[in-house]
Amino acid sequence: MIDLLLDTAPRWALLHAPALLIMVPLFLAPLLAILPSGRLSWLISIAATVFSLFCALILVGQVQASPVGVVGYDVGNWPMPIGITLRVDALNSMILLLVAAIGVLSTIFSWPTVKAEIPERKHPLFYSAFLVCFAGLSGVAITGDAFNLFVFLEISSISTYVLVALGAGRDRRALPAAFNYLIMGTLGASFYIIGVGFLYSATGTLNIAQIAEMLPSLAGNRSVEAGFAFIIVGLGLKAAVWPLHQWLPNAYAYSPSFVTMFLSATATKVALYALIRFLFTVFRPEFAFEQATFTYLLMPLGLAAMITCSFQAVFQTDVRRTLAYSSVAQVGYMILGVSIGTVAGVSAGLFHLLNHAMIKGALFMAVAGVVLTFQGTTIRDFAGLGRTAPWTMTGFAIAGLSLIGVPLTAGFQSKLQLGYALFDQGMWWGVVFVVFSSFLAVIYMGRILEAIFFRPPINPRKSRKEAPILLLVPLWILALANIYFGITTELPLGLARDAAAAAFGLEAF
Amino acid sequence: MKSDHHVILRVITKTLIPVIVLFGLYVQFHGDFGPGGGFQAGVILAVAIILYALVFGVPSAMRAVPPAFTRSVAAVGVLLYAGVGFWALLQGGQYLEYQALFGEEPGGHHGQHVGIILIELGVLFGVSGAMLTIFYAFAGRVAEIRDEDW
Repeated sequence: MIDLLLDTAPRWALLHAPALLIMVPLFLAPLLAILPSGRLSWLISIAATVFSLFCALILVGQVQASPVGVVGYDVGNWPMPIGITLRVDALNSMILLLVAAIGVLSTIFSWPTVKAEIPERKHPLFYSAFLVCFAGLSGVAITGDAFNLFVFLEISSISTYVLVALGAGRDRRALPAAFNYLIMGTLGASFYIIGVGFLYSATGTLNIAQIAEMLPSLAGNRSVEAGFAFIIVGLGLKAAVWPLHQWLPNAYAYSPSFVTMFLSATATKVALYALIRFLFTVFRPEFAFEQATFTYLLMPLGLAAMITCSFQAVFQTDVRRTLAYSSVAQVGYMILGVSIGTVAGVSAGLFHLLNHAMIKGALFMAVAGVVLTFQGTTIRDFAGLGRTAPWTMTGFAIAGLSLIGVPLTAGFQSKLQLGYALFDQGMWWGVVFVVFSSFLAVIYMGRILEAIFFRPPINPRKSRKEAPILLLVPLWILALANIYFGITTELPLGLARDAAAAAFGLEAF
Repeated sequence: MKSDHHVILRVITKTLIPVIVLFGLYVQFHGDFGPGGGFQAGVILAVAIILYALVFGVPSAMRAVPPAFTRSVAAVGVLLYAGVGFWALLQGGQYLEYQALFGEEPGGHHGQHVGIILIELGVLFGVSGAMLTIFYAFAGRVAEIRDEDW
């Protein structure tokens, strides 16, 4: 299918896909800011994200067809040490595909919820901020320059703060949540840039590929090690790695439902991509300090996230907060996979990253539907919805089962891969943690599902109130994807394996 | 308004503002060849209007330079910057490749000159528009609870 796309796509798209992928949304964003109509800006946002998806598919195809597995693009035709290069390999083409696909689905579903939750005169500005955020996230994933990565990280973060704060129309607590996120996010970005500064002082270049080339000869250099520490903490903050996740639950619980859905499926994933890029491509697992980081820092943190945040999720009364804590726990799974430090481990982590984006995307979409029709997000509000909104809630249930890891769902497959990767290294006790955390997931999802399907509705007169069709279609696409990829894992697992191989700088499997 | 005793302040401000704007434009166009450029010039231009707002009040500044206008200026700035990139693409170059703007051979400098001037103008618009928008957002904010009600 991708071959067909490569054959039929126009030449300009093939040549300039990396630049167009980020610049078209970034160009349309200011245009939306001066548009008067919200509906028009929604349609333009859909067009922009669809175009980015088209470019991302082209890039995936080009990377697979390329003999070295890398597609490069020199912005302004300035070659590497001077100019900023965009560099796409199997790892970031997978992330770009994920961001663009989620972007398309979420933009399509966004209109009814945005209309209900955001004041009308702010609609164009809202979509403008969304496109900036989208372009920023794609930019982080596509750039081959460490400083440019920081710039895109800030572009996406600053627009995210705005998007989160716009939840204030529904719940005033969105404002402190956004402020908290702003402080933590800025700290994370500053730590990252300090780390890049250290690397720059040691290597004299900002290009990721060049830094990676020079680092082995700088073994034992203190500023390289300090840079590593700063970058790990900075990106860890952005990716909500366990003790640095405090901004996440509130930001997810109080932002507009569309924003929650989009962020949960993309923002932490992109930060995690950057983390993997630095852990495996720039620094290498062979470095002694990195091996120590895996064993004594990342793995315990991943395990702690899986257990503590699952426990916290059990005790929440608000569905969105439950899902938010569960997100931190799922980041723990990915960190656990990464911290095994083998190709199989990274591929399991990335595979779970893809699956989790589908799971959380579907769950938050269904929650958005409930917010829209019943204006409530507590578990009590969900009582009996299985009867009043069967389609929405079945979609929710499928994704919920996938989150738990029931066989024949995508979530099961990613836990299976994680288990294989752990057993490979003889870490059978890691599997015990995975199973225990899944057991906690049974409890916190079970509480919600029990309320949905087995309790009487709190307001029995509200009968049959389904979410609008614009919301149901993307929801069911994601829910069916959860089942489809739970049965045949060829496509996402192939992407994840190639990506993990690319992260290590190896040829594809 | 009982602001007669601010008369010196007001007169000085009125004479200063054109000078500030002129200096901003100097920094802007000097940016091609030396220190300076769109970012600094944008801040200086915005400062001229912020100074006006501080001395004559935010409402009169908003009458002179309306918030909707500053927001559009910021958007137009980004459009201009990104637009130059797309222009280069349409001419068959890479994104933001100035050399390709007029399809010149290596050695021709026309595209380089025009490209950097347009880019710097975009930065000027973007920065001054954004600075003023941020200033208005903070200065024009009406407290939701009156001070006496605290």
